[in-house]
Amino acid sequence: MSETSIQVENLSKTYLVGHQVRRERYQSFRETLVREGRNFARKGLDMAAGRQIIQGDEIEEFRALDEVSFEVKQGEVLGVIGHNGAGKSTLLKILSRITDPTEGRVTLRGRVGSLLEVGTGFHPELSGRENIFLNGAILGMKRAEIRNCFDDIVEFAGVSKFLDTPVKRYSSGMYVRLAFSVAAHLRPEILIVDEVLAVGDAEFQSRCLGKMESAARSGRTVLLVSHNLATVQRLADRVILLKKGAIIADDTAGNAIAEFHRVNSSMRDETETAYRISSPNLKVEEVVTRPSHGFVQGSMEIEFKITNTAPTPEPHSFFVILKNPEGINATSHFSKDTDKTFPLDQKSQCFTVSVDSNCLLPGRYTVEAGCFDSSGAILVWAENLGIVEILPQMDSGADFDGRTGNSTQRANWSTNSD
Amino acid sequence: MPLPVTILEPGRSEKHYWRDLWTYRELFHVLAARDISVRYKQTVIGILWAVIRPVLTMVVFTVVFGKLAKLPSEGNAPYALMVFAGMLPWQFFSTALSEASNSLIGNSHLISKVYFPRIIVPTSTVIVAFIDLAISFGILLGMMIYFQFAPSWQIILLPLFVLIGFAASLGPGLWAAALNVKYRDFRYVIPFIVQFGLYLSPVGFSSSVIPEQWKIVYYLNPMVGVIDGFRWCILGNEAQIEWTSVFVAVVSTTLLLAFGVRQFRKMERSFADLI
Repeated sequence: MSETSIQVENLSKTYLVGHQVRRERYQSFRETLVREGRNFARKGLDMAAGRQIIQGDEIEEFRALDEVSFEVKQGEVLGVIGHNGAGKSTLLKILSRITDPTEGRVTLRGRVGSLLEVGTGFHPELSGRENIFLNGAILGMKRAEIRNCFDDIVEFAGVSKFLDTPVKRYSSGMYVRLAFSVAAHLRPEILIVDEVLAVGDAEFQSRCLGKMESAARSGRTVLLVSHNLATVQRLADRVILLKKGAIIADDTAGNAIAEFHRVNSSMRDETETAYRISSPNLKVEEVVTRPSHGFVQGSMEIEFKITNTAPTPEPHSFFVILKNPEGINATSHFSKDTDKTFPLDQKSQCFTVSVDSNCLLPGRYTVEAGCFDSSGAILVWAENLGIVEILPQMDSGADFDGRTGNSTQRANWSTNSD
Repeated sequence: MPLPVTILEPGRSEKHYWRDLWTYRELFHVLAARDISVRYKQTVIGILWAVIRPVLTMVVFTVVFGKLAKLPSEGNAPYALMVFAGMLPWQFFSTALSEASNSLIGNSHLISKVYFPRIIVPTSTVIVAFIDLAISFGILLGMMIYFQFAPSWQIILLPLFVLIGFAASLGPGLWAAALNVKYRDFRYVIPFIVQFGLYLSPVGFSSSVIPEQWKIVYYLNPMVGVIDGFRWCILGNEAQIEWTSVFVAVVSTTLLLAFGVRQFRKMERSFADLI
């Protein structure tokens, strides 16, 4: 069982990209003519030499993958995570033989089935029935194989009534369900999957997830790329984290995801703190969360610093707001709720907010903080102070159970017999 | 059972290319079947389009070349029949070539999302052109009955010329398809070549009207041999056949096919990056 199924050695992929040189707003006809003439001559030469044509005035090499090496054992589920442009899709495209590597070598043991998109090759004019055969053949299934699981495919997709309707008349949900259903019945030894779970409604997604899980449990090697960390955590035995074309972590799912969050939070400096309400003498800075890369559901701590050029013994109260990625306030904490006020009598003061029972669901939240004066007017309100990451993990350290909603809260439960 | 091992390396010529092609053989039918069934969807007269187009072209050619220009037919064969016998292979060639050259662009969503031997895409479009050929052949039979023109024994050699025609369209078709991915200029070049070729090939007229001193140059066009061969098979001894033209056609189409496949395979691996 522990035979190597995918072996990747020093894999690199380089693309050529063209740039348009920044131009002055007004340019003379002569300049345009000279530039166009030069571009035309270059394109002509490229074509004569059989090279590809690149638009733009300057050409640069872009390394999408840089000396990547890893191994996947048979029956292992490997997750690949990373930001957009980290090289995930390029890696999958090379492994599924769509594009050639520039350097390096890949050895694949077994038939490869790749799902870089659901419904590849679906033709809108053809009926559902015809598209099942078309899509199946494109994904490398034999006609007989498709016929064998035809009923399962139709049943899983739930489109039996519309089998002879052209798929262009399908609702987008039906379309995607049918497409995934064909793909889910693919039976290769190595399965390469990209983001396909980002389709359909929640109920269908969880069915897809179950299907993927059973594929993984049946001893097939699965390579899974997703932005959905909860999915990766649930399915993958091991995760590699890509950044700018290189592997920066190759570890268990939990560790690699934690590393991903750490990398993310160190990148938060790129967004500048902004003031919704600014004050001439007060500045809010440095949000630190403990543990610094996030926390399990349960207790959390946020620390921020206020610098003050005009210290005063007057009592102030403070607030912290956490916003979800959609920019909506997810929760807030006000010091006045516990009748706490603090004087701002130092040049620099640290404030700590600690919550025993966190109500937020896993995700990234942006921190805002500010302070009120004794009359209740807001003196300063800073946005984009930093990011708080709630890991997809339960208090007990177990995997996140997948609950959805805006918030979740610990409550006291009881029952009585009547 | 030992698992098949695939090694991916830059520039490595695929050792199992032809075996892969065999594994994916069903994709030929499936893609061809798709193109056929999609072809006349949402049209009112449907498959009739496959009949109307060649018949009208034949009428125009017969009137322009036969009646107005008063060009001679082959022997005593009716001019309309002679034109139609020539249009059969020409139409096959032109549809196959133009469809094949656009096929990769038209299927770019497949090229960039799944692996299969790319050669299947242009080849299956050429197969679709056979359907039109079969329909046109049916019309030809109808015309032969109308003109009470009995075919002679040569008609059994027709498949041979169909094969040459197939090779003549597939070779350049593959090359054009590959070039079209890289340089979209060919999208405009191919229709132009097809339009031009119609007048360089003996479609509306008989090869006998070509002056002797130009024949050498004229025979370099492989479709001359194919069209003359079709006429010879269909019209029998009414048509003259110059075997040099057939010989040139066989040699040049073989070379073109080999060249087309080679060029296609050379460029194939970069399609997904360029399309």
